[in-house]
Amino acid sequence: MYLYDSYDQAMVDARVEEFRDQAQRRLEGRITEEQFRPLRLMNGLYLQLHAYMLRVAIPYGTLNSTQMHMLADIADKYDRGYGHFTTRQNIQYNWIKLEETADLLADLASVEMHAIQTSGNCIRNISSDHFAGAAADELVDPRPYAELLRQWSSFHPEFSYLPRKFKIAVIAAETDRAAMKLHDIGIQIIKNDAGELGAAFYVGGGMGRTPMIAPMIREFVPLDQLITYAEACLRVYNRYGRRDNKYKARIKILVHELGKEEYTAQVEEEFKHMLEQGVEPPFAELERLRTFFEDPAFADGAKTVDRSDPDFALWVDRNTHRHKRDNYVSAVISLKPVGGIPGDASAEQMHLMADLAKEFSFDELRVMHTQNIVLPHVRIADLHALWTRLEAAGLGAPNLDTIEDIIACPGLDYCSLANARSIPLAQRISERFAENGRTEELGELKLKISGCINACGHHHAGHIGILGVDKKGTENYQLLLGGSEAQDTSLGKITGRGFDENGVIDAIETVTDIYLEKREDGERFLDTYRRIGMDPFKEALYD
Amino acid sequence: MTDAVQFRFRDDEMTTSPAVTFEACCEQSNATAVRLEPGDDARALLPFLDRLELVEVNFPAYTDGRGYSAARILREEGYTGELRAVGDVLVDQIAYMRRCGFDAFAPATPMDEGDVDAALNRFPQVYQKMVDGRRPIPDLRHE
Repeated sequence: MYLYDSYDQAMVDARVEEFRDQAQRRLEGRITEEQFRPLRLMNGLYLQLHAYMLRVAIPYGTLNSTQMHMLADIADKYDRGYGHFTTRQNIQYNWIKLEETADLLADLASVEMHAIQTSGNCIRNISSDHFAGAAADELVDPRPYAELLRQWSSFHPEFSYLPRKFKIAVIAAETDRAAMKLHDIGIQIIKNDAGELGAAFYVGGGMGRTPMIAPMIREFVPLDQLITYAEACLRVYNRYGRRDNKYKARIKILVHELGKEEYTAQVEEEFKHMLEQGVEPPFAELERLRTFFEDPAFADGAKTVDRSDPDFALWVDRNTHRHKRDNYVSAVISLKPVGGIPGDASAEQMHLMADLAKEFSFDELRVMHTQNIVLPHVRIADLHALWTRLEAAGLGAPNLDTIEDIIACPGLDYCSLANARSIPLAQRISERFAENGRTEELGELKLKISGCINACGHHHAGHIGILGVDKKGTENYQLLLGGSEAQDTSLGKITGRGFDENGVIDAIETVTDIYLEKREDGERFLDTYRRIGMDPFKEALYD
Repeated sequence: MTDAVQFRFRDDEMTTSPAVTFEACCEQSNATAVRLEPGDDARALLPFLDRLELVEVNFPAYTDGRGYSAARILREEGYTGELRAVGDVLVDQIAYMRRCGFDAFAPATPMDEGDVDAALNRFPQVYQKMVDGRRPIPDLRHE
């Protein structure tokens, strides 16, 4: 994985001191909360319902055991002994004191981490495929390109006061595991007919209150023009994105209002101009970055497991992913125990995951946007030993991509924007399906819950989505069906009128019953829905 | 609100001509100073760059970042006159503004000189190639 050189370290250290100075000015009353707000936001510090929340960047979700141990130590030292892994592959702490934040950032900087641009109307942390560098189906490792973009977007002078936040994802496989087309810019590294690598640019996707799937605006950007093209995309947005209404300020609205053709034409013109400015980093830099993502020293070993323990066999089937080496897998540690808070991990669990990464996965971990943790390179021969340790710590839930593997935003329990609670609902849904024993029978079923229309819980992209709204002072939940964030991206449709908390859990059970009744061989919930449409579900729900 | 220039990073004489509006500049006149508002297209000034001595870029609110693009575009197109940030200009923004080509600042609320000095000297290097001539980190790595 990428390691800082003295340049990177000096930049992050400088940022810590800058924030220390800014926080000091605020604490002394030399700047108002209003003036401090954009400064703390540019550094991931939000004022939430009960306390400050700090979001720490985990670039493209990759971290080593030293960093995971530090995240655990921070949870103990500055928070209440836990942290929350997010849908942007980051981690958030919910109980932070302003007076201590600079010290926390200094601790992070000591392990090459930071909270730079984890909020604010700027380019946010770059996300990527959580199986990057390991998946059998990838073309190349997308992370060198993500790292190139990370450095370019850090402290960008022109693009730090954009109309709205800006999120970029980079993938390099046909299977999309990063919801690439639901980002402001989605980049897919591809190979053209001549065998050269390049980048396909998708611009103007997003969720929120107006979900949109990003159209492709350029099929092939040569790798030595990647940053230049991104500059052009951003400049057109910074100049012409709407600033009169924050709900219409994301780039998806600009692309939609101008039309894909006109936006693309403006980008191409700006791109021509930017090429003359020579802003692209030297190609040798991309080559340098690639050296950090070379394969670890894989060893030989067994290619199959002993399946005599059914619990272990189930976990292997559910929670491992095919690796480019046939005697390795990527193993997923589920942070979705039945009745638990999706994405939460205690300091103790983080320490354990760090130890296991060191022991079993070449010192590397990944955060998934589905709020689980991956050990990317585990020898099949070591799987039983790994599983035994996870089971003992309550981290062995065999429920990846099942109805228990729920994405949920923090909701009204923490968030000042939320209309409804998400976490208790997620807890109760997983309990219901654990109790009725249908989780495994239902197979792949992605359920996503947002506590308000801002869609942090990706409800538009769930096979089943739930949106919490406020209905005359009480929490009400709308049900959506048919969304997907994978390569077959689609947006869910609302079934009809909403439900109260008990009602929505019953409604989910009802729609899964319809699926089990109507499904044909090998169909997932999503496939059945796409084949039979909304009507049979609606009838069962409302008639 | 005052338009008093608090910081100027140029050696030449400051122009005494008052800045005309963008429309006035484009329509007629031989104005040598112009004020851009956030929605004005900086590229419309390209035919007049030779005679312009001062371009003021107004920031009615610090959150509106269009002026950063306007400034950088003018410099990329070869403008060498004074580029002045005016309005809601805060100390924590002026390092980025310098990198986009601003060389004078007339903040609505005067800034503390010590804070400005610290802000401009905080970061040892930069990651991007901008219009201030600084060599970015990726270039330095491969010298």
